[in-house]
Amino acid sequence: MDILLQQIINGLVQGSIYAMVALGYTMVYGIMGLINFAHGEVVMIGTLVAISIVTLLVQSGMPPALAGAFGVAGAALVCMALGWSLERVAYRPLRQAQRLAPLITAIGCSIVLQNLAMMIWGRNYMTFPPLIEKTQFEFAGASFTSVQVMIVTVAALSMSGLLFLVYRTKLGMAMRATAQNPAVAGLMGVNANRVISSAFVVGSALGAVAGVMVGTYYEIAHYQMGFMLGLKAFTAAVLGGIGNLAGAMAGGVLLGLIEALGAGYIGDLTGGFLGSHYQDIFAFAVLIIVLMFRPSGLFGEKTGDRA
Amino acid sequence: MNKWLTPRSSLGLVLVAAALIALPFIAGMGGQAWVRILNFAILYAFLALGLNIVVGFAGLLDLGYIAFYAVGAYTWALLASPHFGLHLPFWAILPIGAVLACAAGALLGAPTLKLRGDYLAIVTLGFGEIVRIFMNNLNAPVNITNGAQGITLIDPVIIGQFKFSATSTIFGITVSGPQKYYYLLVLLALGVILVNYRLQHSRIGRAWQAIREDEIAAKAIGINTRNVKLLAFAMGASFGGIAGGIFAAMQGFVSPESFSLIESIMILAMVVLGGMGHIPGVILGAVLLTILPEALRYAVVPVQKALFGEVLADPESLRMLVFGLALVLVMRFRPAGLWPSPERRRELAEKVR
Repeated sequence: MDILLQQIINGLVQGSIYAMVALGYTMVYGIMGLINFAHGEVVMIGTLVAISIVTLLVQSGMPPALAGAFGVAGAALVCMALGWSLERVAYRPLRQAQRLAPLITAIGCSIVLQNLAMMIWGRNYMTFPPLIEKTQFEFAGASFTSVQVMIVTVAALSMSGLLFLVYRTKLGMAMRATAQNPAVAGLMGVNANRVISSAFVVGSALGAVAGVMVGTYYEIAHYQMGFMLGLKAFTAAVLGGIGNLAGAMAGGVLLGLIEALGAGYIGDLTGGFLGSHYQDIFAFAVLIIVLMFRPSGLFGEKTGDRA
Repeated sequence: MNKWLTPRSSLGLVLVAAALIALPFIAGMGGQAWVRILNFAILYAFLALGLNIVVGFAGLLDLGYIAFYAVGAYTWALLASPHFGLHLPFWAILPIGAVLACAAGALLGAPTLKLRGDYLAIVTLGFGEIVRIFMNNLNAPVNITNGAQGITLIDPVIIGQFKFSATSTIFGITVSGPQKYYYLLVLLALGVILVNYRLQHSRIGRAWQAIREDEIAAKAIGINTRNVKLLAFAMGASFGGIAGGIFAAMQGFVSPESFSLIESIMILAMVVLGGMGHIPGVILGAVLLTILPEALRYAVVPVQKALFGEVLADPESLRMLVFGLALVLVMRFRPAGLWPSPERRRELAEKVR
C-alpha cells in the first residue's frame, strides 16, 4: 500500500512537470495546428540559463531562494525571446506551405538549439544548485520532500494563471477566437500574428518554469535533456487531446502517474519478466491503447475549449 | 515504352550508368571512408524511398519508420552471427527480414487506421520507441538481443564463395569490400526505384493518392481505405526490413543506438526536404542529407582555421549546427522541397493565385 502511495506522489510530481511542458505544445497546436518540435529544447535552454544565473548569484552571496527567483525570471525571459524568434524565423514564413515543412524546420531548430547549448554550456552534466532546503515529510508510510511540494504548488499556480489568461482576459479571448476560426477572428479585428506570437511566448514561459522544476527535482541538467522531456510532454498533450488546455494538464498528470505506477508494478505484473526499465513502454502503450478507442485523445472532442 | 528510348535518352542512360559504375572508384581515391559514406547515401536513399511510399504516396505521417529497419537489422544479426550460432545464407535471411518487417508494419498499421495526421505521427513514434526499448532490454531473463551492447561479428553478405566484406581482384581490378557493397546497394536501390515508379501510377498508387488528398472522398468512390492504408504501411516496412538487413551485414555490428527516434526523423527529413512523393527528389534529399554532415566534418576545422586562425568552436557541434541551419533554410526558401514533383509545384502555384 505504501508503495502505491509513494508512486502516486512521485507520479504527481513528474506529471505536473509534463503538464507544464505539454501546455506549450498544446497552445501552439490549438491555435495553428502545428507541432512545435523545438519546444523541448526551449525547456532545456530554460534549465541551463537558470543554472548559470543561480550559480552566479549564489556564489556572490545571495540567498538561494532569492537567486532561484531571479533564475526563474531570467530563464523565462530568455525562453520567451527564444519562442518568439522561433515563430518569426522558422514557422511564420511557412504558414502557407505544405503541412510537413514546418515540422522539418522545427527539427532543424531543435538541432541548432541543442548544439548551441552544447557550445555554450559544454557536453558535461551540470548540477543544479539547491534552491530551497530539502526536508523530508512522512505521510501514511510514504515520504515526500519540500522540493516536490514546491513543484506541484508552482505548477498549480502557473496553470491557474494560464487559465485566467485564456478565459478572463482580452488576449485569451483573441486566442480562443483564433483557434476556432482564424479568418473570422481576423474579421473581428483580432491580429492573428500577435495572437500566435503570444501563444509561443506564453508557452515558452511555462516551459522555462518547467525547466527550473526539472532542474531542482533531478538536481542535474544536460544539453540533451530536452529531447526526451519534450517527447513525453508531447505524448501527454496528445493523450489529453492536443489543442485542449485541460486535456494537456490532465494528460500530463495522467502520464506521470502511469509511468510511476507502471515502473513500480511492472515487475509484479509480469512475474519479474519485465523490469522497471520498461517504464517508457508503459507511456507509449497506454497512448496507443487510448488512441485506439478515442482517436482524438481523452478530451479531444471538446473543440470549443481550445486555446 | 519506346518513346523513352530515343537516342538522346539512351545516351543519357549510358552516361548515368557509367557514372554509377565509376563512382566508387572515384570516391575510393579519397579513401575507403568516402566509399562507405557513398554506401550509406544509397542505403538512406533506399530507406527514404520506402518511407516515401507511406508518407509521400499515401500521406500517412510515420515517425517510427526506423523500427522496421531495426527489425530487419536484428533479424539478420540473430540469424547470421555467433550469438545464436546460426549462419543462414543471405537469400534466406533477407526475405525473412522483409516478411518480419512487413508483419511489424501491419501490426503498427492495424490499430492506427482511424487516426489522422498528428495523432498518427505520435503513435508511430511511440511504436518506434517501444521497439527500440525492447531491443535495448531483451537481454534478461532470456538473452535475445544482447541489450545495449548489441550483437557483433555478424556475417557479411556471402553469395557462394563471393564474400562482400573482403577485398578481391576481379578481371585484374582490385575491388574493396565497401566497393562491392556499393554495387549490391545500387542494384537494390534500382529495384526499389523501379517498384516506386511502377506503384506510383498503378491502381494502388492512385488509391494512395486519393487517400492522401481526401480520405472520406476516397472511401466514397469505393476505395477500401483500410486495406490500402495497411498495404502502404506493410510495403514501406518491408523495404525498411531489407535495408536493415544489408545495414547489419555491412557494419557487422548492430546495437539499439542506431535505431533511435532521431534516425526516423532524419529519414523523414530526407523525404520532405527532397520533395515529398517525387522519386528523384527523395533520392536527392537522401544523398544530400547523408553527404552534407560528412562533408562538414572535413570542412569545419580548416574553414575555422582559415577564417579565425584557430579552432574556436567544437567542430562536432558546429557541424550539426550548420546542418540544422541548412534544414531550416532549405524549408524556408523551398517549402515544397528541393525538387518537388511537377504536379505539386502546379498545385502550390495555383494556391497562391
